[in-house]
Amino acid sequence: MSWPLAIGELHGIFRLLYGLLKDTGLPQPWLDTVTYIVLSVVVFGLLSVIALFLVWWERKIAGHIQQRFGPMRNGWHGWYQTIMDGLKLLQKEDVIISTRDKVVFFWAPVMCFVAAFLAYVVIPFGDGLIVADLNIGILYIMAVTTFTVISLLMAGWGSNNKYALLGGMRSAAQVVSYEVPMVASVLAIVVFVGSLSMVDIVKSQSGLVFNWFIFRFPFGPIAFITYIIAGTAEANRTPFDIPEAEQELVAGYNVEYSGMKFAMFFLAEFINMFTISAVAVTLFLGGWNGPFLPSWIWFVIKVLAIVLLLMLFRWTYPRLRVDQLMEFAWKFLVPVTFANLILAAWMKYAGWYW
Amino acid sequence: MGGLRTEEFIVNMGPQHPSTHGVCRLMLTMDGEKVVKIEPFIGYLHRAIEKICENRTYAQCVPIIDRFEYVTSMSCNQVFSLAAEKLAGIEVPERAEYLRVIMLELNRIASHLIFYGVTAMDLGALTPFLYGLREREMIIDLFEMTCGQRLTYNYIRIGGVSRDIPKEFVPQCRKAIETIRDKLNDYEGLLNENPIWLVRNKGVGYLAPDVAIAYGVSGPSLRASGVKYDLRRDDPYSIYDRFDFDVAVRYNGDCYDRYLVRLDEIKQSIRIVDQALDGLPEGPIRAKVSPNFKPPAGEVYSRIENSRGEMGAYILSDGSKKPFRVKLRGGSYNQLEVVPVIGVGGLIADLVAIFASLDVIMPEVDR
Repeated sequence: MSWPLAIGELHGIFRLLYGLLKDTGLPQPWLDTVTYIVLSVVVFGLLSVIALFLVWWERKIAGHIQQRFGPMRNGWHGWYQTIMDGLKLLQKEDVIISTRDKVVFFWAPVMCFVAAFLAYVVIPFGDGLIVADLNIGILYIMAVTTFTVISLLMAGWGSNNKYALLGGMRSAAQVVSYEVPMVASVLAIVVFVGSLSMVDIVKSQSGLVFNWFIFRFPFGPIAFITYIIAGTAEANRTPFDIPEAEQELVAGYNVEYSGMKFAMFFLAEFINMFTISAVAVTLFLGGWNGPFLPSWIWFVIKVLAIVLLLMLFRWTYPRLRVDQLMEFAWKFLVPVTFANLILAAWMKYAGWYW
Repeated sequence: MGGLRTEEFIVNMGPQHPSTHGVCRLMLTMDGEKVVKIEPFIGYLHRAIEKICENRTYAQCVPIIDRFEYVTSMSCNQVFSLAAEKLAGIEVPERAEYLRVIMLELNRIASHLIFYGVTAMDLGALTPFLYGLREREMIIDLFEMTCGQRLTYNYIRIGGVSRDIPKEFVPQCRKAIETIRDKLNDYEGLLNENPIWLVRNKGVGYLAPDVAIAYGVSGPSLRASGVKYDLRRDDPYSIYDRFDFDVAVRYNGDCYDRYLVRLDEIKQSIRIVDQALDGLPEGPIRAKVSPNFKPPAGEVYSRIENSRGEMGAYILSDGSKKPFRVKLRGGSYNQLEVVPVIGVGGLIADLVAIFASLDVIMPEVDR
């Protein structure tokens, strides 16, 4: 097995880890396996912390928008509120309805949770901080993030509940529709870079801030805006949160889930939001590029800025109706993104860029 | 899709559902997302208020009727007191009438602020709910200052009001209505021109004026269909004929107009409160009424304009100290009846918008 990840460029802890393992004299296949297992545990742990932080952050932001404080009791401004919530959910009775579809009901939250993490194989957290720099990076992300919809559909079907089924169906329709404009807006960037690799995309934006694709007029900003809209829909957040539309479908696909199974859906939602933002940063905001500070800090700052944007959407806008959502995707976003793709390709061909 | 076999299915919306404003159960027959048939089931909040009243003296009826429509319980007090006063021929002092009007209009504003928040929440915007309740809080504080209660006031009694307002009421009330007048601009800025709000509400749930009248819809929901009918102007009770205000009316009859009419009404209510505070006379606040008074035998119906339409109280008296029969009428009942008419054929999301825009609350339906 050859190394898809650029070990030579790996940062601190990863390089140290690899060096330590190499000294043990393990044969190469074992070495690979152990390294990847350790890396996945690290990424998993990191993302769990991020998800917990995002839940807390969202509650704080919602609170402050709504003239409240949000969580205040547990620690400084309630910083370990979500940890306590997680512990509470762990202790809760796992209510399992008797009319469920056994296999599907059990595996849906697991699949949702796993699918949420899969994208992080190719997301560059910093200069060299990437698990595997696949040469099909962005394609891989587009493929695995769609797994989530299968899990939502499974949850809807397995619950044997009409609200859940409606939620699952809505989710499937929505994600399939918004996948098209999302990929089309991403393609505009890929055409320009000429590579699907996430690292190549970031590197092509190094240097001045005007090299970021969001500042490459006119196709960059258009692609960015359409990507953010489609991404909000992919992450099932307001104004596109019809799969779990609380006031219509009670809770949508996760209405029958309780305890830790519910927590898995919930955390997966926040990880998906982080994924959407991370991909947006990688594609449009120069990824880890930035002066003075270490690369990963720049990455985190930019991602949190996008996450903040998504959170502000959620707490400001009403929800669209399901048919209006489809209309918006197919009658507006798809034509715009394809026109944008053609524009980007033509600019690349004609060399009209700097 | 000719080859695919589809079938309709039944969804039970409620009795425990986030957007049925209480415990209403709507049995929906759905074709995918489309609502084919709606059957409302009521009675989950039935507390037999009318029956309980038969075993109480007139004065004792007032606090139980508070629970009839607890979002605007001042109106409940008023409508029953009005009927009892008509029956027994009791004259209400002028200061009490002014206090009643101030409280009724403040309560109308509070009710419409709840409507604003809850409607936005039903359409997925969670933030306006907190904004609406924030301003309502100022009004509730005024009520608490006056009568010690925050929800079921028992303030308007037969023959007058229970107590006089404290000294600091008038300045604080002026400040509250000034704040609300300011904040209304914020509310309108947040939702009125919001494109998502517009596509969700404009043209949704059209209620034709003749249908509205046929079903007995009243209040803001009727006025949004272009029928300029307001009991405060058309059948003035208390001292409403002394105040200068416009009847808010809109002509499209959709959810958006029903929402706008209520915002307009807040402005009109502010005008009335302003005038009433200016004209507040000194004097007694309550006519002398025996707690066990016996009205003459007979029947009486009184009606007032509540924030949810016409609210009425019918009392049949046999000459004893307890009413023989009490019947209460709430606007929500008729507005719930019209939901199956205008909700059919839309999507489930439209049904939620329609239900929210009619401002149905279940305690008033079930009594």
